[in-house]
Amino acid sequence: MSTLILADHDNKELAPATLVAVTAAAKLGGDVHVLVAGEGSQAVADAAAKIAGVAKVLHADDAAYGHALAENLAPLVEGLMGDYDYLLAPATSTGKNVLPRVAAKMDTQMISEIVAINDDGSFDRPTYAGNAISTVKSSDAKKVITVRGTAFDKADAEGGSASVEAVSGAGDSGKSSFVSAEIAESERPELTSAGIVVSGGRALQSGENFEKIIEPLADKLGAAVGASRAAVDAGYVPNDYQVGQTGKIVAPELYIAIGISGAIQHLAGMKDSKTIIAINKDEDAPIFSVADYGLVADLYKAVPELTEKL
Amino acid sequence: MKILVPVKRVIDYNVKPRVKADQSGVDLANVKMSMNPFDEIAVEEAIRLKEAGKADEIVVVSIGEQKAQETLRTGLAMGADRGILVVADAMPEPLAVAKILAKVVEEESPDLVILGKQAIDDDSNQVGQMLAALLDWPQGTFASKVEPADGKVNVTREVDGGLETLSLSTPAIITTDLRLNEPRYASLPNIMKAKKKPIDEKTPADYGVDTAARLEVLKVIEPPKREAGEIVPDVDTLVAKIKEKGFAA
Repeated sequence: MSTLILADHDNKELAPATLVAVTAAAKLGGDVHVLVAGEGSQAVADAAAKIAGVAKVLHADDAAYGHALAENLAPLVEGLMGDYDYLLAPATSTGKNVLPRVAAKMDTQMISEIVAINDDGSFDRPTYAGNAISTVKSSDAKKVITVRGTAFDKADAEGGSASVEAVSGAGDSGKSSFVSAEIAESERPELTSAGIVVSGGRALQSGENFEKIIEPLADKLGAAVGASRAAVDAGYVPNDYQVGQTGKIVAPELYIAIGISGAIQHLAGMKDSKTIIAINKDEDAPIFSVADYGLVADLYKAVPELTEKL
Repeated sequence: MKILVPVKRVIDYNVKPRVKADQSGVDLANVKMSMNPFDEIAVEEAIRLKEAGKADEIVVVSIGEQKAQETLRTGLAMGADRGILVVADAMPEPLAVAKILAKVVEEESPDLVILGKQAIDDDSNQVGQMLAALLDWPQGTFASKVEPADGKVNVTREVDGGLETLSLSTPAIITTDLRLNEPRYASLPNIMKAKKKPIDEKTPADYGVDTAARLEVLKVIEPPKREAGEIVPDVDTLVAKIKEKGFAA
């Protein structure tokens, strides 16, 4: 039995979510190999080789793989799958984009965003915006799976000494090309891997208030900034701030929900956080039913006071 | 340009799903059903392309029970031209849906297929990518902007950390994210007109697709409930709690 993991990275650093997939792969048993496909991505391959529990790193370095285009990556991954029983990837935007394309080429019904691996070979995955957990068993010969980034502990990034083997694929499909990217440069930690997350909801009323009220508290705590879907819908902040079933799934040590009522779809994205604090002026807000500490207060007074006193 | 928009009938966005006591699934009896919200965004985008003179025909297709016809009528009332209903006894899995859609694409030869990025019932987020694989077409998933131009389409995608723009050759697959547009409500006259628009009825067998499930659902349960904690009286108490837990000095 063996597993291939498609690593998520930006050609410089390995995304921490990859370490979560390694833990899931270890639970499946057998050899764990990691595929690093990129351009000028030697540092990522070296980092993958150091992950505890990884036996081998396959490194495909080619201009065609530099932007993780699904059209180019899928044939490469499919071509390597002859030797493996499982294909795993973290459920990041790249994993979600590429893996179904590989699964269809393999005539396999993929299993999305698993949160548990059971002893009988079945998998648990959330459905209906996290309102139901389905346990499914696959009858496909090979399994293709994305792993929710908060569902397993991260494997140790150090301690392994895997061999690195160069591999190559067909390269550029000619069907798609990269034009540009606007990746937000931020001093703050990345939302899905941050230890603390401060999120704001519709009650913030504007993007300006996010800057004035949410961001100073986040910076005081060294936290990432998140938002509810309502705040994203209203245009206060970009979509990549969105925490929830259709956005990002987070499980930090501390989650502070400010002016967020706690719609089911938001709770699905953050209810596995270790400690949850909610600040909302509506004492009946559903967010209080999942919060460890709730403060019923006007956020415009309470949050600046909190920031100042911390 | 012709655009195909697959739409799925799902539990209404505002209804809280209830897991059945026998753990066999979610109870959908007497529950309000609607078009999957991401599919509404897909229909809207197609209509906007038509209104901008970049598309001339929009075909909506739905796979599911007979009542999925209502979902097609919603799409037709929004502005799609005609519908295809593929009646299946049980909802096929994403791979089988993609296989049926690939056959529909063969017959219809659209230039773009625009789909919702995921359905809010099974939350798989697979069909668009799988359809692209089966057709060997490029894919622009999680789109927040779509700009067709001369044999190409530029798609801006919502990715971790920000946005990314790709140029795809056409024909191409696009899946919609939340911020692509705000879907319109169908007006009463358009709802009336939609009743006269044609809907073609098919079955998976017509397309020669085997819809047997590959995944056996062993059980469906409610997620573990999180216990509510305490309400603190003021900011000072909250500060003390945060410090107690070691999150701030």
